[in-house]
Amino acid sequence: MKETAQHTNGIVSGIIANLVIVRVDAPVAQNEICFIQHADTQLMAEVIKILGDKAYVQVFESTRGLQPGMQVTFTGHLLEATLGPGILSKNYDGLMHDLDTMTGIFLKRGEYTLSFDMEQKWNFRPLAAVGDNVTAGSWLGEVTENSIPHKIMAPFKLEGQYTLQFVAEPGAYQATETIAILTDSRGKEIPVSMVQKWPVKKAVKAYQNKPRPFKLLETGVRTIDTLNPIVEGGTGFIPGPFGSGKTVMQQAISKQAEADIVIVAACGERANEVVDLFTEFPELEDPWTGRKLMKRTTIIANTSNMPVAAREASVYTAMTIAEYYRSMGLKVLLLADSTSRWAQALREMSNRMEELPGPDAFPMDLPAIISNFYSRAGIVYLNNGQTGSITFIGTVSPAGGNLKEPVTESTKKVARCFYALSQQRADSKRYPAIDPIDSYSKYLEYPELLKTLNEQIAPDWADQVGELKNILFRGKEAAEQINILGDDGVSIDTHLSFWRSEVVDAIILQQDAFDPVDARCPLNRQKYMVDKVLDVTNTALDFGSYEEVNPYFKRVIAALKQMNYSEFESQKFKQYEEELRQILDERKTG
Amino acid sequence: MDTRAFQRIYTKIEQITKATCTLRATGVGYEELAMVAGKEAQVVKIMDDMITLQVFAGTEGIPTNAEVVFMGKAPSLKVGDALAGRFFNAYGQPIDGGPEADGEEREIGGPSVNPVRRKQPSELITTGIAGIDLNNTLVTGQKIPFFADPDQPYNQVMAMVALRAKADKIILGGIGLTNDDYLFFKNVFENAGALHRIISFVNTTEDPPVERLLVPDMALSAAEYFAVDKHEKVLVLLTDMTLYADALSIVSNRMDQIPSKDSMPGSLYSDLAKLYEKAVQFEDGGSVTIIAVTTLSGGDITHAIPDNTGYITEGQLFLRRDTEIGKVIIDPFRSLSRLKQLVIGKKTRADHPQVMNAAVRLYADAANARTKLENGFDLTDYDERTLEFAREYSRQLLAIDVNIDTEKMLEVAWELFARYFSQAEVGMKQELMDKYWVDEKS
Ligand SMILES: Nc1ncnc2c1ncn2[C@@H]1O[C@H](COP(=O)(O)OP(=O)(O)OP(=O)(O)O)[C@@H](O)[C@H]1O
Ligand SMILES: [Mg+2]
Repeated sequence: MKETAQHTNGIVSGIIANLVIVRVDAPVAQNEICFIQHADTQLMAEVIKILGDKAYVQVFESTRGLQPGMQVTFTGHLLEATLGPGILSKNYDGLMHDLDTMTGIFLKRGEYTLSFDMEQKWNFRPLAAVGDNVTAGSWLGEVTENSIPHKIMAPFKLEGQYTLQFVAEPGAYQATETIAILTDSRGKEIPVSMVQKWPVKKAVKAYQNKPRPFKLLETGVRTIDTLNPIVEGGTGFIPGPFGSGKTVMQQAISKQAEADIVIVAACGERANEVVDLFTEFPELEDPWTGRKLMKRTTIIANTSNMPVAAREASVYTAMTIAEYYRSMGLKVLLLADSTSRWAQALREMSNRMEELPGPDAFPMDLPAIISNFYSRAGIVYLNNGQTGSITFIGTVSPAGGNLKEPVTESTKKVARCFYALSQQRADSKRYPAIDPIDSYSKYLEYPELLKTLNEQIAPDWADQVGELKNILFRGKEAAEQINILGDDGVSIDTHLSFWRSEVVDAIILQQDAFDPVDARCPLNRQKYMVDKVLDVTNTALDFGSYEEVNPYFKRVIAALKQMNYSEFESQKFKQYEEELRQILDERKTG
Repeated sequence: MDTRAFQRIYTKIEQITKATCTLRATGVGYEELAMVAGKEAQVVKIMDDMITLQVFAGTEGIPTNAEVVFMGKAPSLKVGDALAGRFFNAYGQPIDGGPEADGEEREIGGPSVNPVRRKQPSELITTGIAGIDLNNTLVTGQKIPFFADPDQPYNQVMAMVALRAKADKIILGGIGLTNDDYLFFKNVFENAGALHRIISFVNTTEDPPVERLLVPDMALSAAEYFAVDKHEKVLVLLTDMTLYADALSIVSNRMDQIPSKDSMPGSLYSDLAKLYEKAVQFEDGGSVTIIAVTTLSGGDITHAIPDNTGYITEGQLFLRRDTEIGKVIIDPFRSLSRLKQLVIGKKTRADHPQVMNAAVRLYADAANARTKLENGFDLTDYDERTLEFAREYSRQLLAIDVNIDTEKMLEVAWELFARYFSQAEVGMKQELMDKYWVDEKS
């Protein structure tokens, strides 16, 4: 970044939609932030291309009414997030302005609210001692934010080694007060407050290293945890045609996952879906702590009707907040819905700049941009040896539901879990519509994960999961055979294969996200139901003719389904379990 | 934008294309409205003093020395109670022979509602059509299109829904309506005695296609006035949004933008979302609900227009002709109301969600049975029963000519379940079956 005391100025010379061309009188930097003076408001914009004395800036607002000749002031810095205590429970726009402190019903151009209250007092406890060696991200002290220990860290922007010269006594301080002073090797003093800034498009690197993920991140969604688990620090994506259940799935994960912090980036999707979160999260409980969900959540809302340029920024803002909390040694879950809208924002801008288009008119470097973003997730060993993690799950909205398109393909190369939603399953209301056969979790190939799974759940867990998948696979083959040869053209065993997979489908895969009991299935209950289901599928049954198979299995499924709908191990649960036993006894052989 | 006291008149156009003209001018704002030889135009590009204007009615006959006047404001509409009962064109000018409607001038296509000022929609809209109320329940503040082939009676269904929906205002945005359909709407509203709560902005097939781009924004600006200022429940009907998207592609192609899928502009998603997201529920009871029509070609929903629409709206209602019963039905497979879970089982009877799901599941089984039949296989007894069920379900519940209340719909469904299936086959929560199962086969 250029070092100029004097800020560069410019004047507007051209306008095409939200792309504005600014003639500048001094150096500007790529991605530098500037403000366009329009009447009595200032509109924020970002430099995205420079040609001679012309800076092409994308305006994070509507450009209606802008005229050539308007004054532009460049700020000398990139798009930055302001980080500090008070971020949790906030609802932000894509540029991290607090939506709740804005005035009026409609969003006003140029109304940029603070990310959090700078004057709020926090009870500070020092964690480092004078004389300590300090680097970027070192924990200097701690405050409590929504019952969560919030570390006050040495600024991420620091380079090299520093010594802690002063740290404040325990007590209440405003976020902007100096709570520590660092000195560099030449004795230069650097005051540190609870607030720091970070350019959102750069990854925070204040950690030692990134090991391979090794620990399950429980989501309470059976088809994920049991069949294709996501891990702490893992990456996954959910592609699917419209209406196939991407958002419902992400919302379920955001409510139930075993995470300390949840960051939800609503990126170019429906405002009413964000309102769902605003409405429900302050009421619903985090199943892990019993506290309200909103206490651990921050929402970044750049809905589809909000400015397109800010849509691109919103995912970076969210990632930066996630990195900030990861550096405190917390387990962060980051969700973005939908990354396709972000890619489309890039496409709109790239087209406007008349760049050479890549496939489907997306910018040529789209794969690199996506890969760079996903690579910011991960579990890390911090410099103090603690771990922190960002688990990232993005949705993808492929045009026409066809997965052969640039965003899906680029994402598939970098995300390790693939949860493909199938139109066919959604149409037949088999929710969640994750296709059990196409989907995968690459983490199941990690011996370190298999080891922890077997320790955590059961010694033969991996085998059981393998068996479930086999049953599904055989069921699919059986269904194809029945389709080709007809019900009476195949053996009873083929019917059994089909119906056994229907049991797995109905009881393990399908899960009603809107049922208070079924919505979340804790791991021990998943294990219990997997045992139950395998018990059924392993029972040798006796049928006189194939016509008896269908009605019989319908009863089996009905009993098991009632179990899913009942409180775990309740009277009712046991009653249906008993019913199931009796049904099985009717036809058990031997 | 402030209006200038003295408007400079320009008379030298440097470049004219099919849809745009370019001239030198200063002091012009982006998106500003201008008159070119008496035709409405809007600033779409500024390069120093070179101003490119999009002429809505096309540039045919515009000479290089045409008079160009800049209006100092973006396209706007005078909003006020005087709008009620009136018919306007795409520019908001009366076409019903009445005087200009008076009111406060507001720019159309204005800013978005701050999402934290929205309220979660929770007010049921009942239409009497079971394909909607039972399977795809609508709520105020929702945005939902009909996906229909051009030969289906979507405008009739929409008019019926609008009149039954107990809205304070119904705003019709007619986008490329045939004159016959325009008169149809006018008649239906008149006959229902509802004219006083209807406002129409209409562009017919006889009007220039690019003018259509203004219609949804006009309709939605009027809707915002009644919803925000008057706290009214407003229902906006937009038909046909496919023609709106076609107009977008005409403009973007003429401006040499790189087309993406199906020669639609790359910004189609954002362009449509900006309109549909005007649907909103406010705390104080005011709301804007949007029911639109997106016509399909050959039922193809992977085409960029329905595809982008589906990604934006809160579900879609699919019209399909059921040849077996010879009626148009609301297809339960591809239709979906995303907001239904906010009301069903809460504002309606507790068994509603499960009844709905069970019926659709059984209907899906019938579809499988039909495939079997078509492939020449024998049907099981269960298959036979699903087929019979499907026929009755379609006739008594899915057909668009059904008009009963939701309680009655649930009763019909329970009756059909008991007639054709056992409890295990229906497979709902036992408590519900204990409570509602119809014992004697009638
Ligand atoms: N697990 C589930 N249980 C019950 N219903 C579900 C489930 N998942 C999805 N649905 C149903 O499907 C509808 C659409 O789901 P969702 O909004 O998540 O789709 P989407 O893939 O995000 O679509 P879009 O791309 O248009 O945003 C929901 O409104 C709900 O009715
Ligand atoms: Mg979604």
